[in-house]
Amino acid sequence: MLQPVTEPTIAELSAEGRVGVSLPRCDVPEAPLEELIPKEQIRTDLPLPEVSEPDVVRHFTRLSQRNVGIDTHFYPLGSCTMKYNPKVNEEIASWRAFSGLHPYQPEETVQGALRILQSLERFLCEIGGMDAASLQPAAGALGEFTGLLIIRAYHADRGESHRNLVLVPDSSHGTNPATAARCGYQVVKVASDERGRVDLGDLERHLSDHVAALMMTNPNTLGVFEDQIQEVCELAHSRGVQVYCDGANMNAVLGICRPGDMGFDVMHFNLHKTFSTPHGGGGPGSGPVAVKSHLEPYLPVPRLREEGGILRWNYNYPKSIGRVHPFYGNFAVALRAYCYIRQLGPEGLRSVSEDAVLNANYLLKLLVDGGADKGLELPYPAPCMHEFVLSAAEHKKATGVRTADIAKRLLDYGFHPPTVYFPLIVEEALMIEPTETVSKETLDAFAQALLTILDEDPGVVKNSPHTAPVSRVDEVKAARELNLRW
Amino acid sequence: MAYLPNTPHLRAEMLSALGVESAEELIDRQVPGKLKFQGLLNLPAPLSEMELLEELERDAACNQPAGDMLNFLGAGVYDHFVPSAVQRIISRSEFYTSYTAYQPEASQGMLQATYEYQSLICALTGMDVANASNYDGATSLAEAAILCVSATGRRGIVLSGAVHPAYRKVVETYTKGLGSNIRTVPTPDGVTDPNTLGELLAEARSGEEPPAAVVIQHPNYFGCLEDVSAVAAKAHDAGALCVVCVNPISLGILVPPGSCGADVVVGEGQPLGSPMNYGGPLLGIFACREEHVRRMPGRIIGATTDAHGRRAYCMTLQTREQHIRRERATSNICTNEALVALAAAVYLSLMGKHGLRRVAELCLQKAHYAARRISELRGYKLAFSAPFFNEFTVETPVPASRIVSELSQEGILPGRDLSLDFAVGNNGQEVLKDARRPNFLLLVCVTERRTKAQIDRLVEALSRYQPDSG
Repeated sequence: MLQPVTEPTIAELSAEGRVGVSLPRCDVPEAPLEELIPKEQIRTDLPLPEVSEPDVVRHFTRLSQRNVGIDTHFYPLGSCTMKYNPKVNEEIASWRAFSGLHPYQPEETVQGALRILQSLERFLCEIGGMDAASLQPAAGALGEFTGLLIIRAYHADRGESHRNLVLVPDSSHGTNPATAARCGYQVVKVASDERGRVDLGDLERHLSDHVAALMMTNPNTLGVFEDQIQEVCELAHSRGVQVYCDGANMNAVLGICRPGDMGFDVMHFNLHKTFSTPHGGGGPGSGPVAVKSHLEPYLPVPRLREEGGILRWNYNYPKSIGRVHPFYGNFAVALRAYCYIRQLGPEGLRSVSEDAVLNANYLLKLLVDGGADKGLELPYPAPCMHEFVLSAAEHKKATGVRTADIAKRLLDYGFHPPTVYFPLIVEEALMIEPTETVSKETLDAFAQALLTILDEDPGVVKNSPHTAPVSRVDEVKAARELNLRW
Repeated sequence: MAYLPNTPHLRAEMLSALGVESAEELIDRQVPGKLKFQGLLNLPAPLSEMELLEELERDAACNQPAGDMLNFLGAGVYDHFVPSAVQRIISRSEFYTSYTAYQPEASQGMLQATYEYQSLICALTGMDVANASNYDGATSLAEAAILCVSATGRRGIVLSGAVHPAYRKVVETYTKGLGSNIRTVPTPDGVTDPNTLGELLAEARSGEEPPAAVVIQHPNYFGCLEDVSAVAAKAHDAGALCVVCVNPISLGILVPPGSCGADVVVGEGQPLGSPMNYGGPLLGIFACREEHVRRMPGRIIGATTDAHGRRAYCMTLQTREQHIRRERATSNICTNEALVALAAAVYLSLMGKHGLRRVAELCLQKAHYAARRISELRGYKLAFSAPFFNEFTVETPVPASRIVSELSQEGILPGRDLSLDFAVGNNGQEVLKDARRPNFLLLVCVTERRTKAQIDRLVEALSRYQPDSG
């Protein structure tokens, strides 16, 4: 088989004297550098590559061909909602009337942008059943951080600063406990019950007047709807505990149910998941936070306020937690999400969730029916919401093939692997989220590929991928022999 | 609907395979009826793609972008020239529709590009290692302070008053959970005076909160260059680490902080090939000395080999991260700014050794021309005597707010009215030792995009304001 060649680094393409850009001549009278800045502050060596524009373009285009995206592959990465990214949103975000705005230009000159931000805040409140929102957090984890700081400020305001614990279910995203620790809280894990939901008994044991917050995801990371959520929230509230909703899984419930109606006090959205903005290879994302009215005074500043028909940034919120972004958040991401909501409307959003749930359940059925005798199991009973988690532990026992091997082998069949080994409570986990933007034909093909892999010669699967730009990457070596730059 | 590929017929087939009548039935088996939202969300009716474009064109028409105006605003977001190839490359959807490289074999392109970004940032800053990106310069700076707290086992943070005021606010918010004490070094002369810093450090050292970090910005918020070596030496004498926040374009011409004793270098990477985008997305640059690599926040990409011994790339040191380490992670960051980092890598590659130097020189020369011309006007003078790169603070004869508001109506953005940053609270008193002075300070930025004719037009417009004109 023809092995694809390695792409050199851009530094390896460098040759002395090559340039990749043409710049204008200086049209002001030039002074000697030493007259402008002290000689000892002037650098004598700038070790950047010297490459021409064609070199750069070919290099990065080749790199792009060594990358898998939603536009090239079905990408059922659980918990990440890898849905199609509409091109019209990219088009609109590229307009200079948006991309050319400076955050400090007078508000009178950016009313179009501010209207959009204000509308998006309102849309998110409506979708989440919340009362007020801030678009400042630049990603979901920063949204979580903002939300917990709001809760912290709320308790402090009520003279309850002694609340130093945050409860997270054992199925939670890693960002939840990491964020709680960042806010100075101790993290306490709550067990899941046999149905994959939060164990009410265990929760009750942990609730006390030292608990500041309970962080939940609904549907949770198993794709299971926490059907006792209202009781959970009531129980928490009865002990003075605020309940945080990690909105990572909102794609399951648009127009179907709302965190605010379930009893959540504060939540974040991931615009790069639910609202179709591109994941960008790992960002930029956007993680707006929405709250119930009792938490509104603590939202980050500045906030939009209308004065005499003009929208302005207002800083006069004395109880605010402060800033989590130097300006107003990831505007260009918010703009795309706004466009998405405008294009879909209320019916469209509801269809998104219905199709996401239908696709997930259909794929789940194909895999459970076809995989039962191959060691593929569903640890928590169907139906699921927008995603589901399978365990390949039995398959591993029988064949020695691990979930990681199955994931790599899927690449040879033209599919991006699902999330693996998460949530932590499922052994050899495969977490699959197809999203609504994939057809039945693709789901059939994916199921067939996965089931075929379970029947393959274990040696072939364990040594996969065979057709990717590289074979199995040695991650252990990468950590042992650190090579982080040329 | 254009984004939903399943037809009613296909849905019916799927439903029938599942033995249910509708998707709603699947949902009703899980979501209690009392929780179900009745009716339709109160959102505007759907728009076709054509209608959406028309509607957004109307919104766009209500904006007057700085990029099309005579723009002298900087203060953290900069209007630099971006070569066309940058946007072309980051518009490759193999890049922008991918996600974090949990499966390295599927993401070699993004991984290699990020490894190259890290290498370019190290070259630019003179540091040993860099991460794959943070959200923005402000959160990078806050993360750097937290790294120092963890590395020294101390909790005090000393911030120069000449650090971007919004960054200071973000640091205050970010460190709320640490119980840190933040002290501000006053900067009435526009720069961090090493002796003032030394005194403050001596005081802090004997107090309850010995300093973990000394944080400066270089060039700082007022545009002035700092004496990085002297500040770093004072920090180290006090047993603290030194964090320097940079404008990466200035490093085309300035000695990198890595050569001046900095332990962590952070900065805002937006000037490296990204539009202003009303202040987001941005790019947090984060680089440090090798010894702190395991305390770095965020993703780090490493080079390794594949099973055939060929060069390959993957995320590494993941045991620092939230998805492995959970509450013991060095930071909670997950999604960061990968695509903006890619833009920076493409930009730095195109600019290269000579181009970046040239851009920096153009900025420097044009800013100094503008500063000379403005300071010759009656009633204007440079507020500070320290050397600067491409931003400078001028004292204005009338309140800067008036100049900004009047000139913006004729399409000129003359700069940042510093009363917005320093006239609130006791900020002006704390930083400039004068609560009233910020009302008459204008922070002017000149990039390579500004021509002599445009600078002359700004000078002419400013000349209309005289000391006695109110």
